[in-house]
Amino acid sequence: MSWLRRVATVALVSLLALAALWLALRLAGLDATRALIALWDGSFGSGYALTSSTLVRATPLILTGLAVAIAFRAGVWNIGAEGQLLAGAATAAAVGLFATPAFGALTVVVALAVGALAGALWAWIAAYLRNRFGVLEVISTIMLNFVALYAVGYLVRGPLQEPTHIYPQSEPLPALAQLPRLVEGSRLHWGFVVAVVAAPVVWWVLRYTAAGFRVRAVGQNPSAARVAGKIDVQRTTMGVFLVSGALAGLAGAIELTGVTFALYENVSPGYGYTAIAVALLAGLDPLGVLATGLLFGALEAGALSMQREAAVPAVVVNVVEALLVLLILAVARWRGGSAMLARLAGSGSGASGDDSTRAGGEGAIGRGKAPGAPPASGTHAEAAG
Amino acid sequence: MGGAEEFLAAAVRTGTPLALAALGETVVERAGVINIGLEGIVLAGAFGGLLAAGSGLVAGFAGAVVAGVVVAALFALFTVSMRADQIITGVAVNLLVVGLTGALYRGIYGATGAALTIPTTGTLPIPLLSRIPLVGPALFDQAPPTYVAYCVAPLLAWWLYRTRSGLALRAVGERPDAARAAGVAPASVRWIAILLGGVLGGVGGGMLVLSQAGTFAEGMSAGRGFIAIAIVALGRWHPLGVLAAALLFGAASALQFLFQAMGWALPYQLFLALPYVLTLLALAGLAGRRAVAPAALGQP
Repeated sequence: MSWLRRVATVALVSLLALAALWLALRLAGLDATRALIALWDGSFGSGYALTSSTLVRATPLILTGLAVAIAFRAGVWNIGAEGQLLAGAATAAAVGLFATPAFGALTVVVALAVGALAGALWAWIAAYLRNRFGVLEVISTIMLNFVALYAVGYLVRGPLQEPTHIYPQSEPLPALAQLPRLVEGSRLHWGFVVAVVAAPVVWWVLRYTAAGFRVRAVGQNPSAARVAGKIDVQRTTMGVFLVSGALAGLAGAIELTGVTFALYENVSPGYGYTAIAVALLAGLDPLGVLATGLLFGALEAGALSMQREAAVPAVVVNVVEALLVLLILAVARWRGGSAMLARLAGSGSGASGDDSTRAGGEGAIGRGKAPGAPPASGTHAEAAG
Repeated sequence: MGGAEEFLAAAVRTGTPLALAALGETVVERAGVINIGLEGIVLAGAFGGLLAAGSGLVAGFAGAVVAGVVVAALFALFTVSMRADQIITGVAVNLLVVGLTGALYRGIYGATGAALTIPTTGTLPIPLLSRIPLVGPALFDQAPPTYVAYCVAPLLAWWLYRTRSGLALRAVGERPDAARAAGVAPASVRWIAILLGGVLGGVGGGMLVLSQAGTFAEGMSAGRGFIAIAIVALGRWHPLGVLAAALLFGAASALQFLFQAMGWALPYQLFLALPYVLTLLALAGLAGRRAVAPAALGQP
């Protein structure tokens, strides 16, 4: 599918989802038109809404969306961006609180680097469990999300708690540990630039480098990549996990140093989970993630104003996001769609590569047979396909 | 009740909703489908239970089942009928249910809804059995759905391993094409399995509201559906193993009560995280020996 066609598809699906929202609100007896106007006002309606709400919200969604996209491209089902983001946020907070005197003006940079490293480490656990013991990463990353959440809960009541020990949160970071504003007088910070630059970088690496080729090959058919391409599948998988975790960790570090300035339990309203929808809507294309990240950032920013102005609960936006994903699956199914969307929807075109990709991710359970051995699950797919 | 009895009772109480959801997911996964949307099914079950509880507790559980089945049907429509990716559909289904239940809850019960309480089932002691020292009250003085879980596990084990239809279901999970050649329709089998998963997941969610909390909170499933999926792997895809794994997980969660009773001053977040860490360790330790997962798990 050409660029144009994909954009048209996403636009069509978004309109459908918004129409469904309007209808549902009407049926619920709410002022649906006013709600949609509030949604617009709160997202793109003014310069302030755009810079201080939409773009600020989009930043972590773009970075975690990239994390999910690169993982899924390699058949690595990393559902753990949320935990990796929290790991990044917590370590960035620790750096800002304790290491600012040591690093001075460089503190922000160090905090972001350490945050990315922490995200990668958190993802490494799942990668190690998958490669060494054949533990399905879908399960392990979700478990690690909960561990990260409780770890943050412990930190903000223990080592990182503010000095009065009343509130479960850390002290605000010192100014040297905060990301500078991008636009004076708004909440937009330099982290947005990082996200905008990261997308084409990931796109370029995936498309034009040998490492990117290995990632795509492993994602499309692990057995073929190993046999015909002499690619070390485990090593590639590990690399993808680390990069994916680093991107999510960076998102957390940026959120902390650029937006919240303090660590607390609800520092992420589920960015890591929304990221999955962001990545899917983009067809797992890093440049597409830039666009869908903005779209979802706008939706979430607008939802808050919808709640303020029209008394429509902000959680409704989750329904819209879910509808977007389901509709895109349905559209891809019925129209053939791009190879990637078709692969996601599991429709006929390119069916042979299709099934083994999934097996690459899913076969992780079956790999228990010989720890350390390369995945044998491709054979199941060939039999089943 | 002494500390040990209380600990065991808490273990069973925490473990039962997980056991019900995990038993349903066991059937689903045995048919070759992994339903990440189980989290949404449990949450929908809890909300359905709340909505219908006004007409009595039985109606409440019926509402929980209906809600669970509706969500499961949506999942089956996409993954089986349209052959969409199971993980992606599951993630979307979860998002959908979180949004829908949250919005409906606020819409129906107001923005706070905090004061909302409904009567709960209470416990139903089984005569004689509940008087066994130590384990009696823990196992046999529980909410009625607990006994459903006790019965469902061996029934499912019998069905899956001792009947033709159970064999057909497992065949679909191992080699869908071979099953089709033998005259089994994989799509129908998977639809039935997923709907059954919706029934049990819905009851598990309903229990949270109707037997335990007596109220609803947004996102109250709190990852139980995800945990149930891990428990299926922990129980090695066998109903009895899954029941045992769920109770074990309940015990790990109940450890916090035990340690509190013993006066240990450890931060409670560590105990909250403990079950997840134990699950990871157990999965790593178990998976090394033998492949037990259905071979076609996750393939459309």
